[in-house]
Amino acid sequence: MTIRDISKLLNCKVLGGDDNLEHTVHTACGSDLMSDVLAFVKDQAVLLTGLLNPQVVRTAEMMDIVCIVFVRGKTPSDEVVKLANERNIATLSTTCSMFEACGRLYADGLRGGVLV
Amino acid sequence: MNILELKYTIPGDDFTRAGEASSAIKRKLKQMGFPPDLIRNVSIATYEGEINSVIHANGGSVSVSIDDEAVTIVIEDTGKGIPDIEKAMQEGFSTAPDSVRSLGFGAGMGLPNMKKYTDEIHVESQVGKGTKVTMKCRMT
Repeated sequence: MTIRDISKLLNCKVLGGDDNLEHTVHTACGSDLMSDVLAFVKDQAVLLTGLLNPQVVRTAEMMDIVCIVFVRGKTPSDEVVKLANERNIATLSTTCSMFEACGRLYADGLRGGVLV
Repeated sequence: MNILELKYTIPGDDFTRAGEASSAIKRKLKQMGFPPDLIRNVSIATYEGEINSVIHANGGSVSVSIDDEAVTIVIEDTGKGIPDIEKAMQEGFSTAPDSVRSLGFGAGMGLPNMKKYTDEIHVESQVGKGTKVTMKCRMT
């Protein structure tokens, strides 16, 4: 699945990282708890979250996460999008709830990461 | 012989800046061509440590030294210290304020994650004086 596929499945607005839409995503993680995100190793992952602070981008950066989807129609500040752009992380926003967004991606074949 | 030594100050007054040191360290290790798994382990351990020192100790310092065998990370602060280190190493044990929880941290996963991603971890702490966490990620 590519980031573009995710964007279509969740009717996303692309906030940043238009150049990265063809990148392939292998796994996904949905969480508002960044320490839980840091506890799972994922390969080419997408992060779905309802948090909007810069630590979401920092966490994604440390985990080599390639795309962040902000759920429930939330939009982060320009600074957060800029930070993600600088780190080559695509940012999307969807009006779907966390449950709905995760369900749609799972139904289309995306799976979770591996516990360390 | 050390190949590289890096040292950064962790500012304590601004949570939004937490992670800047880890980000800089990660980029440096990438530039130097270390294996991705090693870089990720070092980055996560450093990041959790950085977050901890912002939450609990009003900042501190992080240093990374690399030799042929391992990456050694030392995170030090002069904060309030940890009264019971064994308890602090348990998943889910946290003394972080609610304000930090709303930002996605403070769930008692910091030190456990640091242990999980490193080959060695050593925590020294004195109540009222500060904490020093030393971690090693071996090259192989």
